[in-house]
Amino acid sequence: MLRHIVTRILFSIPVLLAVLTLVFLVVRVIPGDPAEAALGDYASKEAVEALRERMGLNDPLIVQYFRFLADLLRGDLGKSMITGRPISEQVAHVLPYTLQLTLVSISIGALLGVPLGVFTAVNRNNFIDYLGRVISLAGLSVPAFYLGILLILVFAVKLDVLPAVGGGDLKKPADNLNHLVLPALTLGLIMTTSVTRLTRSTMLNVLSADYVRTARAKGLRDRVVILKHALRSALVPIVSVIGLWAASLIGDSVMTEVVFSRPGLGKMLIGAIMQRDYTALQSVMVIYAAFVVGVNLLTDLTYGLVDPRIRH
Amino acid sequence: MESSETLPQPAAQLRSQRQRLWRTFIRNRTTIVGFILVILIALMAVFADDWPIALLQGREAQPLLAPFNPVKQDTRNRLEEPSDVHPMGLDTYGRDILSRIIYGGRVSLMVGVCSVLLGGAIGTLLGIVAGYSGGKIENVIMRAVDVLMAFPSLIMGLMVLAVLGAGISKMVVAIGIMLSPSFARVVHSSTLAVKEGVYVEAARSIGVGPLRMLRLHILPNVLGEVVVLASIWTANAIRIEANLSFIGLGVSPPTPAWGTMIRDGTQYLTNAPWVSVFPGLAILITVFAFNLMGDGLRDILDPRLQV
Repeated sequence: MLRHIVTRILFSIPVLLAVLTLVFLVVRVIPGDPAEAALGDYASKEAVEALRERMGLNDPLIVQYFRFLADLLRGDLGKSMITGRPISEQVAHVLPYTLQLTLVSISIGALLGVPLGVFTAVNRNNFIDYLGRVISLAGLSVPAFYLGILLILVFAVKLDVLPAVGGGDLKKPADNLNHLVLPALTLGLIMTTSVTRLTRSTMLNVLSADYVRTARAKGLRDRVVILKHALRSALVPIVSVIGLWAASLIGDSVMTEVVFSRPGLGKMLIGAIMQRDYTALQSVMVIYAAFVVGVNLLTDLTYGLVDPRIRH
Repeated sequence: MESSETLPQPAAQLRSQRQRLWRTFIRNRTTIVGFILVILIALMAVFADDWPIALLQGREAQPLLAPFNPVKQDTRNRLEEPSDVHPMGLDTYGRDILSRIIYGGRVSLMVGVCSVLLGGAIGTLLGIVAGYSGGKIENVIMRAVDVLMAFPSLIMGLMVLAVLGAGISKMVVAIGIMLSPSFARVVHSSTLAVKEGVYVEAARSIGVGPLRMLRLHILPNVLGEVVVLASIWTANAIRIEANLSFIGLGVSPPTPAWGTMIRDGTQYLTNAPWVSVFPGLAILITVFAFNLMGDGLRDILDPRLQV
């Protein structure tokens, strides 16, 4: 097991490095001069040139690249070009909000999605199954920001029971929780539909397996067969894919943060793009990509834990 | 990941795949409903105005299916609520929302279809070359695909748009690039399966060269999978286009696009929710239609799910 873990970790290092390189290069080819962007339209040529020198933009690309990597290793994300404050400060401020949203949404997705998936699979080709499939497909089709708007319309505008915008104060749990409900519901429901679909198709596969037939032939009750025999082996791919979805959920989580004006990495990313804050943009992309690489690694490892065959 | 559910199939099954696909396609009701919906939406977008006749007569196109001109402003009646004349109300410039939705389908479908064609072509080419050639080439291509897949699709789209700038053709390129790794991955794994087929070995033994082999023996057999992926990804591409437009990186105004319309409406959610709600419904129905089609197609391709 230890060997499996070590090899997997070693495998993900080159991927991470390639990802960092790509981010570095992309930010360098974005049109427009970061120094000019930072100083605004009315800055003198000399001032821009001085800032370029200070930011190290006049150095050869390869020097900039290694400085970028060295800074990252030290955990230094640089300074925002707009506010001049350290980016790590801003990240530390918004990260709890994003983590909170992601964790709660995934929990909603898993807690609702797995039972729903089992339920529809067991009722295969019934009316229930049919209805469940149509609903989950609709859930797969709705853009996160639109679902967010609909929830705002119902709960914030019509019923006026929950706040529509902001992230609440982290130090006041009640306020914070109040602000979390709608965004988490948005993301959680989208997650639920994906998990339901996956659980259903995995369960269908497993339910036709020989050992399930054997279990039934032994006269075990339906409940035991479904929960103990079928669901247990169906959980392998489900766990793995829920992990992957934490990563693919990022796009939807960005949109959710935007629509609810909720502080978070996603909102920071969009802000950085709109304001052409290159250092902030670069940092957020590095964090996201590192997160995905990390999630993929964890997924692989969990997979190995749940299914011993994979280790070899 | 949708694609991980479709596994490569034994070669024997692949031979009759096209016939089987067609037969089951006709039988599968959900696929047909999705297909019909897609056709209707496409017709609606294409004939929003009478451009073919207008082109022949050399005049400006007039609205045909759309009741009004989508960019004509009526500022005295801005944010008017839905009525008999304007079933979906007016937006902040007093433009008819129904007409804008009908015209807006053009942007969504164009971006959806073109980006999938682009991404599908790039991805299929990479996947098929990687799968068939093996060795170093395969390694390089597939590791590059891994790296690209490490970026969540929206983030990657944003990255490409940040480099290229906003606009419809750039959006096609951005989404196309974003989709290509998924195609490459699926095509790669099904090429690996197809290449083991006896007929491939037979063809090789009579001296068929690699190019001819890819074109005549490999490509036709992985195409079924590509078609399914394409319909599912068209759904996603339209959704991503809506996301990007909603952020403000879409087509420039006054050209109507669904995501942009929703964005404009968010300021008036309390007093004029229809400005956002109806365009969102259009996105939902369109993406749903493509998903319905793709979902049915995938069930057909996955023999394990068949009774």
